[in-house]
Amino acid sequence: MSKRVTKPTEDPLWLKLTLGAVALAFVAVVLVLPLVLVFKEALAGGVDAFFNAMTEPDTLASVKLSLLAAAIAVPLNTVFGIAAAWAIAKFDFRGKTFLVTLIDLPFSVSPVVAGLVYVLIFGNHGWFGSTLADHDIRILFALPGIVLATIFVTFPFVARELIPLMVDQGRDEEEAAATLGASGFRTFLMVTLPNIKWGLLYGILLCNARALGEFGAVSVLSGKIRGETNTMPLHIQLLYDNYDYVGAFAVAALLAMLGLLTLAIKSFLEWRYADELAASHRH
Amino acid sequence: MKRIFFLLAVASILAATAAQAANISLLNVSYDPTRELYQQINRAFADQQKAKGDTVTISNSHGGSGSQARSVIDGLQADVVTLALAADIDAIARNGKLLPADWQKRLPQNSSPYTSTVVFLVRKGNPKQIKDWGDLVKPGLQVITPNPKTSGGARWSYLAAWDWAAKQPGGNAQKAKDFVARLYKQVPVLDSGARAATVNFTKRGLGDVLLSWEDEAHLSMKEMGGGAYQIVYPSRSILAEPPVAIVDRIVDRKKTRAVAEAYLRFLYTPQAQEIVARNYFRPRDPAVLAKYGKQFPTLPLATIDKDFGGWAKAQATHFANGGVFDQIYQPGR
Repeated sequence: MSKRVTKPTEDPLWLKLTLGAVALAFVAVVLVLPLVLVFKEALAGGVDAFFNAMTEPDTLASVKLSLLAAAIAVPLNTVFGIAAAWAIAKFDFRGKTFLVTLIDLPFSVSPVVAGLVYVLIFGNHGWFGSTLADHDIRILFALPGIVLATIFVTFPFVARELIPLMVDQGRDEEEAAATLGASGFRTFLMVTLPNIKWGLLYGILLCNARALGEFGAVSVLSGKIRGETNTMPLHIQLLYDNYDYVGAFAVAALLAMLGLLTLAIKSFLEWRYADELAASHRH
Repeated sequence: MKRIFFLLAVASILAATAAQAANISLLNVSYDPTRELYQQINRAFADQQKAKGDTVTISNSHGGSGSQARSVIDGLQADVVTLALAADIDAIARNGKLLPADWQKRLPQNSSPYTSTVVFLVRKGNPKQIKDWGDLVKPGLQVITPNPKTSGGARWSYLAAWDWAAKQPGGNAQKAKDFVARLYKQVPVLDSGARAATVNFTKRGLGDVLLSWEDEAHLSMKEMGGGAYQIVYPSRSILAEPPVAIVDRIVDRKKTRAVAEAYLRFLYTPQAQEIVARNYFRPRDPAVLAKYGKQFPTLPLATIDKDFGGWAKAQATHFANGGVFDQIYQPGR
């Protein structure tokens, strides 16, 4: 046997092992361990205590509210995201770069600032505060405020996922469809949508996960009314402060499970449609 | 035929409004340590109204007293506010114009159906031998108390410390200021609310002594169990009066004034006072207080009106921007 020669492009074995171990340890400590602890604490009082905590009316209300807010915010942001990506990728117009920057705004602005801005606009002493109060329309400290905050923080997810994809695909196919006499909507449905469906799906899943988990902006606008305007993340904090550790970690476990479910759906679809996915990447 | 329709429509509208009148929901915006208290009070009041044929649902919101007042000013639809101190309801009256300035005269005993005081919570056996306010400034001792700017309980604690120092032989305002300055040098971290400070002291094991509401100290001993802590009563403290009020502008618009008033008056009944005492708040009812006397030792208590000239003055002198607290407290020194 000849002595093994290390290729110049290949790292020595000890380095690969060390780097691998460091990465693994990092993932274990930062990601896996906290997740395991959440489930361990949730089940600390036994399975019965866990289910009792889960079926508590205020907890159920918080789960419902979070799901409802996501159910409103995600479709709206999906429609918006497709429209924005379509406009940016397929057309040229003035201020396009500005629009792209604007879409990124929620990524760079702290959610707390976003919450406070809505207080400034809709609060009793805000711009529209007195008009709204006169007509008995409640935005702050009610569902509309929570939905607004959720829309703000999840605004970029779908658009950000689609824009690079659609720019990459160019506009040849749409132009072909147009020359063949297809209407704009038909072109979108038959040509564009099939090309972007994977990116769209990722965008929606990420958007949904973030919508369920949002804390900062919602906490400013919620009013924290137990059983009414407390979303799941806010309810976790409330239960923890109430010395109800099993309850707090039970809701935390559920929230974590919803996140994991999102990832599982994504992985399943990737596995199930692996061939199609590979084909669409060739575009 | 048309007339029948018309009558039917009127009847159904009447029926709808009648059903609404019997189905009332109230929102009580409160401060941090009253979570357990109002859960029980709300249930008792709902039962009492149910017996009269009305369905009343009461929701609660909890947080630092100052930030809760801020939310009400911004538009949180509170039928009643039950906060840690009068200055925070004053702020709602002044900045929000949601209730009259003389709100505190509308209910008995300064509109405070229960009182509390400031005590020391220490670890079992009192290893650092903390007996009175003077012991808190021993070198190396760590004191846990929330931020007086945001927490009601912390403002009562600060004033209790001030009052003790001012009442010592040869004590005066300057000596009191020096004492609270030394005291806050022993505070490693200022939490925003009472509950966060309690969780830091108990669950996270931070500090040697927690300046706490008496009720909060009892509750955390009960919740954390195992006799890991004990309460120390200093030689004197302060009479903390957490007041309650209906928010006029909101109850008039929601047409809930009658129920909201009944709810607050209910707090003064023997039944509610029992719940108050069982949650370690000091009841106003002499009979209930006597019954639970063992858990509420008597000690000399300063009052906000006699010793500090009322909340308006105390707030402006001590806690306003640039006030005494800002002069004495510099983080990290």
